[in-house]
Amino acid sequence: MSLLKVNKLKVHYPIRGGFLRRVVDQVRAVDGVSFELEPGETYGLVGESGCGKTTTGRAIIGLNKATEGEMLFEGNDLAKLRGSDRRQHTKDIQMIFQDPYSSLNVRKNVLNIISEPLRNFERMSPGEELKRVQTLIERVGLNPESIYKYPHQFSGGQRQRIGIARALTLNPKLIIADEPVSALDVSVQAQVLNFMQEIQKEFNLTYLFISHDLGIIQHMCDRIGIMYKGRFVEEGTAADVYNNPQHLYTKRLIAAIPEMNPEKRFEKTHLRQSINEAYRTDYDSYFDKDGRMFDLKRVSDTHSVALQ
Amino acid sequence: MGNPVLEIANLRTSFSIKGNYHAAVDDVSLTVHENEVVAIVGESGCGKSALALSVMGLHNLKTTKLEGQVNFKGQNLLNLPVSKLNKVRGRDVGMIFQDPMTALNPLATVGRQIEEPMDYHMKLSRGAKKKRVLDLLRRVGIKNEQRVFKQYPHELSGGMRQRIVIAIALACDPVLLIADEPTTALDVTIQAQIMDLMKDLQNQIKSGIILITHDLGVVAEMADRVAVMYAGEIVEIAEVRELFANPLHPYTRSLLNSIPANMKAKEKLHVIEGIVPSIQNLDRTGCRFAPRIKWIAEEEHEMNPQLHEAEPGHFVRCSCYKNFHFPEERVGAETYVTT
Repeated sequence: MSLLKVNKLKVHYPIRGGFLRRVVDQVRAVDGVSFELEPGETYGLVGESGCGKTTTGRAIIGLNKATEGEMLFEGNDLAKLRGSDRRQHTKDIQMIFQDPYSSLNVRKNVLNIISEPLRNFERMSPGEELKRVQTLIERVGLNPESIYKYPHQFSGGQRQRIGIARALTLNPKLIIADEPVSALDVSVQAQVLNFMQEIQKEFNLTYLFISHDLGIIQHMCDRIGIMYKGRFVEEGTAADVYNNPQHLYTKRLIAAIPEMNPEKRFEKTHLRQSINEAYRTDYDSYFDKDGRMFDLKRVSDTHSVALQ
Repeated sequence: MGNPVLEIANLRTSFSIKGNYHAAVDDVSLTVHENEVVAIVGESGCGKSALALSVMGLHNLKTTKLEGQVNFKGQNLLNLPVSKLNKVRGRDVGMIFQDPMTALNPLATVGRQIEEPMDYHMKLSRGAKKKRVLDLLRRVGIKNEQRVFKQYPHELSGGMRQRIVIAIALACDPVLLIADEPTTALDVTIQAQIMDLMKDLQNQIKSGIILITHDLGVVAEMADRVAVMYAGEIVEIAEVRELFANPLHPYTRSLLNSIPANMKAKEKLHVIEGIVPSIQNLDRTGCRFAPRIKWIAEEEHEMNPQLHEAEPGHFVRCSCYKNFHFPEERVGAETYVTT
């Protein structure tokens, strides 16, 4: 059974205006998204800013309200659960945030930051709590003595490790990583990505990895969903999407990755030009009359594309 | 290669921290020629932006000490009084800033902002000015230039705004462009558009460009020559094909190995040990990268590392590159193959 099954998820924000600020329209941030996460895999959500990838992640963890659709986590619909029933599952889903500079409370020391989830969900004596935090902080590669330090005393990469330690405290099953490395330098980025792969094996974690960086997604993810304007464009294994992109938008996104081989830079420019040309000529066969994506169609066992 | 446009010689930019000056740019020499894109790469804090701002004279001189020479059109920009510097900035040297959201004035129309450098530097009639602005807008790829002329920055998307910033930099036909992380704040597809636009404009205007970036992908696509900076120094400088085919300095090689795109999926990325030293705690004797490659014997480093010409036009600092290997590689392995 899949760990998480998202079915036709919609998140709409009302636009209010006019007389009595009535709802005049909706922003369709997420507009009918379906996907499944198998235990132990890394699923990548990619797209440009504003495509709804973050909103999807936040809806799953409960930071946004889903307007419509189901999110079945081990068979229970997170969208319908309320109160204490919902709380049981918040333990199992944790989040790693984008910016390690703003996602840690500056006035709490590391001990308090990491033990906050423990205090919310588990009854532990201060001694037990301290021990748990120390093992975690050691696991993420920081000095156990540093638990009395404050976030500003750490570098960006170390802070992100604290964020990861916090996400790990309750032994979650699913971790939603929302752009976990985009605020970091390349060398630090490598550190955090390697570390995420290590703990995935060790704690048997499932990742929903949200990023706009196609290079990182390709490196980290087993399966990938590409989003545009709140809908899926293409979904498949990393090989399906990168080696055999079917949708014009996917092709364009992949062509936009800077070419790492200076010898091939002109080819890349020409490829982009031809895709832009195709955008003008074949637009109607890829987008419906409102400029939205069609529903996903299967092209192989693992690969689906939004085509007519 | 054309004539040199800009010659930076032994530039040292020091910032005052608690009464002491610490060099963020330490003895950097670099030449930019006509019609050449020189990329300066490095991680945050390596001094690449400080270098660009020194050339433009944008540092606060109360807290900054500038030494060395920045020779541009026969004059040393570092000694120029502000009144004379203002005749150069915006006219002969254009600057493209990182974040198009903050680089534009929210209270002025796009047309007004592109006209502004022309008011300072060129004597043009109103009609001629407007014609020039519309022409510039078209050149940076804006299709409905008449409408955009009258719009305010908040009405435009990020990519459009970056195009406006580029139009402002090009307003007075500069011979040198300094682009400080021109695509970092943009989405991938917009980044690709802006890169293609800049390459295209480069072919038209033939000016020298200093491209400052941390993204080696952008470097591989745009640069002719690359200078890699670490802790305020240039550690390697080479023609772009040579640098990617044959990276020599341990820092360059480590950087290239830490990029996911260069590795196979699920393979471990290379991690550079330790952290970038801050300019206050930097040990300025010996090889500055040595603390981060501790498995390399001390004798491999120079006491006072200099740039060596390893191949024609390919310079590397310190001798440690000769026998450098990654810890996972066998000691003494002769060749290293990049994937």
